[in-house]
Amino acid sequence: MHIQAGGLDYRNLNEIVRISSDREVVIEGCMGQRYIGAGLSGREIRIHGTPGNALGAYLDGCDVYVDGNAQDAIGDTMNAGRIIVNGNAGDAVGYAMRGGKIFIRGDAGYRVGIHMKAYRERKPAIVVGGVVGSFLGEYQAGGVIVVLDLNRDPLGIVGNFCGTGMHGGEMYLRCSEIPAALPAQVRAEKVGFLQSGEVADLLREYCAAFGLDPVQVLSEPFVRLTPDSGNPYRQLYTNN
Amino acid sequence: MREGEFRDPSGCAISGVIDRSGRRMSGACMIDSIATMHDRSNGLGGGFAGYGIYPEFKDYYAFHLFYDDVISKKKTEDFIQRHFDIAFQSAIPTRETKGIGDAPILFRYFVLPDARKLESRELDEEEYVVRCVNRINTEIRGAFVFSCGKNMGIFKAVGYPEDVGRFYRLDEYEGYAWTCHGRYPTNTPGWWGGAHPFGLLDYSIVHNGEISSYDANRRYIEMFGYKCNLQTDTEVITYIVDYLRRKQKLTLQEVAKVIAASFWSTIERKPAEERAQEELLRKMFPSLLITGPFSIIFGYTGGLMALNDRLKLRSMVVAERGDRAYIASEECAIRVIEPELDYVRAPRGGEPVIFELYGGVR
Repeated sequence: MHIQAGGLDYRNLNEIVRISSDREVVIEGCMGQRYIGAGLSGREIRIHGTPGNALGAYLDGCDVYVDGNAQDAIGDTMNAGRIIVNGNAGDAVGYAMRGGKIFIRGDAGYRVGIHMKAYRERKPAIVVGGVVGSFLGEYQAGGVIVVLDLNRDPLGIVGNFCGTGMHGGEMYLRCSEIPAALPAQVRAEKVGFLQSGEVADLLREYCAAFGLDPVQVLSEPFVRLTPDSGNPYRQLYTNN
Repeated sequence: MREGEFRDPSGCAISGVIDRSGRRMSGACMIDSIATMHDRSNGLGGGFAGYGIYPEFKDYYAFHLFYDDVISKKKTEDFIQRHFDIAFQSAIPTRETKGIGDAPILFRYFVLPDARKLESRELDEEEYVVRCVNRINTEIRGAFVFSCGKNMGIFKAVGYPEDVGRFYRLDEYEGYAWTCHGRYPTNTPGWWGGAHPFGLLDYSIVHNGEISSYDANRRYIEMFGYKCNLQTDTEVITYIVDYLRRKQKLTLQEVAKVIAASFWSTIERKPAEERAQEELLRKMFPSLLITGPFSIIFGYTGGLMALNDRLKLRSMVVAERGDRAYIASEECAIRVIEPELDYVRAPRGGEPVIFELYGGVR
């Protein structure tokens, strides 16, 4: 199904998507309509134009493709499926995400993957091809976040306050040096090249989504961040 | 508050455009831009600022007024006549617009300070104008000056911003820069004077956010003669910028380092020169640090500045296409009026982005 989104407000647009019986939905001329794909499963949604905030919120198993940039809060609390953005994304990508994958070709904003969590087989993943703003993985509780900095941006791979309050999951940063000023409760280690394993597979899938050469992406070393179980947040809030 | 932005269905919307070659454009583009972000407002306020819109009176202060009744109008006009020479006055043209009701009396005056009065007060011209405007707004009940700059004008009302723009016939004005605002008031009742932009002289501010430091900022700024009458945080930002820029002669970059200062832990890691400058500014004006989420567009003669709070708790993007530069809460509000952009990017928290006329300012 092809939808011309011009002039449609978000309620109408989302209603058309929801009641469509087609598996594949193409939205043309998207201009800021919010909540596209919210809570949906079993669809493939391709978006041309600029989707509005909260794209794929509570997504439950769709593949969502954006050919340009996405705005704020994509994949908010999403459960399953994939959101693939062939441009940049705004702030709060994958906020409180619980499952599925978000692939960003370019940069992402502040607060990527904050409050992300995992449970049993559900393990959310975010991969950003460019760089991210501050508060990457703040309060991360599970899942995996990868930042690639493919163009070696002079801004630096992460902003300030990376991993603040992190207590689960892991982050992989494609850089040779450990970023400055990480919190004391986060352990950073140089893990070198990723040739096999879950994260390498994830990155191959990412490269396939954008037609990138996985050899090139994987031929640089990574830094891995995890919560430091030897230095927990004991007595930070209450004395117990 | 941190998650407020993306849990609420709404938040204020701001947008701005400047043609740096000075070529003027009609206000219609701003109406289209802000209309795309309709859902960020709730119909309790909208407004616009246009720069370069009064070339025929460019050397006169353009006063825009709301009057509750003819008595306040009479009193104010007596006051203006005593203190200014009036070159021209008229009702502000409007058209009947669905969604805009209960308009106050809307009038504008193009004025210069009375030469003898100005001399006897020993004030510079701008300070004289600011004090007169303050007197009207605090002493004459039912009168409110909501715009008083040269060759610029603010237009605002209660309603959705796109309706406000049509109400004021902004498609009939041409300016080299425009800003606009859709309001979702959180702490104050929506009324015509409380809509954005806020202005003082040629300065205007549109703002999305909520300042947690409001009272600390207000107490400090009121020591310098400013009166915060409106209970809104945007008013206090306007006065802070006026104080730092017009009175303390800070550059806009320095203003940004005061109101959206980096954290001490961030400053510590900066190169020596930058560190020394930021430490100095933080120590000189600690009470003017604005905390809490905000994104603002500051308009002035010849330029626009975009600024986010230091934690970047509100969304904002900037873009360029040829001579034109754009600032908006959402990318869609730019794409709708300029689909092809040279670039679009999200500035970092506390990073001022300044676009000015090529010929420089003033």
